[in-house]
Amino acid sequence: MLAYYLDLAVRSLKRSPGLTALMVLTIAFGVSASMTAWSVFRAVSGDPIPWKSAQLYVPQIDMWGPQAQQNNPDSDKGPPDALDYGDAVALMRDHRAKLQSAMYPIGPSVVPADAAKHPITTSGHAVFSEFFPLVDVPFEYGSGWSAADDEHRAPVAVISNKLNAKVFEGANSVGKMLNIDGRDYRVVGVMGEWNPQPVFYDITNTGGFARESEDLFLPFNTAIAANLANNGNTNCNETPDAGFEGLQKSHCIWIAYMVQLDSASAAREYKSYLEGFARTRFPDWAPNVRLRNLPDWLDHQHVVPSDTRVSLLIALGLLIVCLVNTAGLLLAKFLRRSSEIGVRRALGAPRAAIYAQFLTEGAMIGLAGGVIGLLLTGVGVVSVGWVLPRQIANLAHLDFSLLATTLAVSVIASVLAALYPTSRAARVVPAWQLKSN
Amino acid sequence: MTIHPLLAALRRHKAGVVLIALQIALTLAIVCNAIFIIGSRIERIHRPTGLDESNLFMVAQSWVGAPTGDDQATTDKLDSLLQADLATLRNLPDVQSATPISSLPLANSTWSGGVSTKPDEKNEPAQVIYYFGGKDLLKTLGVKLAAGRDFTDAEIGNRAFRAPNKTAITIVSQAMADKLFPNHDALGKTIYFDGSSTPTTIIGIVERLQASSVDSWANDFAWNTALVPTRLDGNFSRYAVRAKPGRLRSAMDAAVPALYKANPMRVFYMDGKGVRAFDEMRASAYRADRGMAILMGVICLILLAVTGAGIVGLTSFWVGQRHKQIGVRRALGARKRDILRYFQTENLLIAGGGALAGIVLAIGLNLWLMKRFEMDRIPVAYVLFGVAVVLALGQLAVFAPARRAANVPPVVATRSV
Repeated sequence: MLAYYLDLAVRSLKRSPGLTALMVLTIAFGVSASMTAWSVFRAVSGDPIPWKSAQLYVPQIDMWGPQAQQNNPDSDKGPPDALDYGDAVALMRDHRAKLQSAMYPIGPSVVPADAAKHPITTSGHAVFSEFFPLVDVPFEYGSGWSAADDEHRAPVAVISNKLNAKVFEGANSVGKMLNIDGRDYRVVGVMGEWNPQPVFYDITNTGGFARESEDLFLPFNTAIAANLANNGNTNCNETPDAGFEGLQKSHCIWIAYMVQLDSASAAREYKSYLEGFARTRFPDWAPNVRLRNLPDWLDHQHVVPSDTRVSLLIALGLLIVCLVNTAGLLLAKFLRRSSEIGVRRALGAPRAAIYAQFLTEGAMIGLAGGVIGLLLTGVGVVSVGWVLPRQIANLAHLDFSLLATTLAVSVIASVLAALYPTSRAARVVPAWQLKSN
Repeated sequence: MTIHPLLAALRRHKAGVVLIALQIALTLAIVCNAIFIIGSRIERIHRPTGLDESNLFMVAQSWVGAPTGDDQATTDKLDSLLQADLATLRNLPDVQSATPISSLPLANSTWSGGVSTKPDEKNEPAQVIYYFGGKDLLKTLGVKLAAGRDFTDAEIGNRAFRAPNKTAITIVSQAMADKLFPNHDALGKTIYFDGSSTPTTIIGIVERLQASSVDSWANDFAWNTALVPTRLDGNFSRYAVRAKPGRLRSAMDAAVPALYKANPMRVFYMDGKGVRAFDEMRASAYRADRGMAILMGVICLILLAVTGAGIVGLTSFWVGQRHKQIGVRRALGARKRDILRYFQTENLLIAGGGALAGIVLAIGLNLWLMKRFEMDRIPVAYVLFGVAVVLALGQLAVFAPARRAANVPPVVATRSV
């Protein structure tokens, strides 16, 4: 029976090629615009570490007190987004979570052994040894460093495969020495391809999306001892003493912190530990702490740009207009065939058969629109690269799931659009149509 | 021509009429808001920074192996490196002037603080964006003094990068001056930066100087800026350089090799290029806004095209359906113009109804976007413009099928199907 309906649909569509083309193109444009917007939205709102994002938490402590909170634009008067040095180091010393790391961004220069080459700028983070298992950094060679290395301020480094290619021609460089800002560090690990976006472990300093992947990681204590100043945001509610040391003594915030807690009860325990911690360190005011898991934290930090959300909404609006448009055209097209429907009904076709026939026709339009929509979506995803900020546009890509969604949305949308016209067509009274001719 | 038969005819196509009107309403709602977004983004992109932007570029670099720290010896050493770089830049044949500077408008690296008219204030009433610069600061930036005077060379000091800001004098933007002194008498007044007790005198006011960030967090104080005559001595440095008129490219091309030649132990920032023309900085700062405007523009075009095509399609169908009736009307003496007018009026009625609903939808959508996405209230002009656009679109779309209807010969009335 389906073959018969398909045949009928093709005949009907062929009968008015202009109208058919109009409907197909309408669906194609509507679907591809929304799919292009969706591809960007999907890219920036995706979970960067889906297998453990629920176990990762970001602790916040109010080290500034209620006085400073008067200027806080946030309605919940939550604590600052980052930690000061003293609190971060004290949290690390207490070591209450399964895995934890304080971290801050660094941007040292790497001096190649070959004196003829210019030094290279890098970007990276100073972290603790637990950072690597915490965020599941993949390694091509070697591994992270040990807790003892943290303790002893060992001059060790983990570098990216990109930096490894630049400095060591891609060979296994574990054990080799690397000159970073004039000091020698021993390479202990070379990371595999790793560039999570958003840079979830340090949203406060990166703002979410970075154009380049990170080149190197050094031990936190080593970096502090080497006076490697932070290369990110510093936020103060007091004027710190001079120098990087002054910053470390101040309550200025510049350190990101992440912990892994495997169960809800572990999270509750950690939260109450945080409250106790805040009470001891800041006895002058009631503890104001937060412990957000990673998805909540990304949401709280507005990692998805509101432009991306607005674009998606507007594009969905466009899709709805396209649906209404197609519904109107189908209505006209179906009702023109009232006499044909009348004949079919009079010959004994049940309403269900009319439904099947016309919905098949709608689905066919959707399929054709979807195929053209695939091409247009491809064009759209490539073109957003030219107009959107690169760090966001780079993330939008075509893949099987996007293409499959495009086709599915297209067919479903056109069947939906055909629903009302079909119901009208099915209500045609046979006798009436037969009589009027 | 009477409206009554027209309404009677419309009543027979209720579903089609409602669908078209609904489509027009939705189109209007979306187009109004999209055009509003485009308009506000274009306005944002084109607002002047207050600088003389042509022939201006920035150099950003860092010395490798330079000492780190804030003690006097280190600061002196770093300051001599900075002065050496400035000498190199100023000696380039195509360079007019150069100054060390902590950041530039739109450069997206921001040094902000609080400012008050009283000393030792913990919660300052206003926020300020600082630009720390050296000799030739105003000249190189090309900002215009509205009142007061420029810094003299003797007034330029230097300090370690992370030392507190203790300047005795400053030049502020007009917006900053008016924010602190609403009576417009800021010149010569004393202010206090960052809750300190160090008095700072306002010696000059520049007409306009934009903040270094265009991000939303800085929106509230995007024009509250202060110029401080202090060279910051750290491991890295930025220079604003003004090329001689028309010599921007050659000055930029010469800068990096000359600096490398003078001292190879350094790295250059800004994608390793080390230099960036101000118009590139402007383009990159507003890339997201430009992208959003283009996206909204494309969506508007598709939307209008789809709706226009839909009107053509549906009207064509109605013309076909009423072929015989049109013939009868023509046979009974209606002129071609009457038929044309009939379809045009019909479309105007439908589009008008849709537009009325669309106005409500447009404002509703705007209110919702305001609540969710910190958007501004849509000015009435945008809504009216949107209404004009959809009505014009309707008339344009209906013209071809209506003319076809007008060309139906009266003889059709006498033929049977």
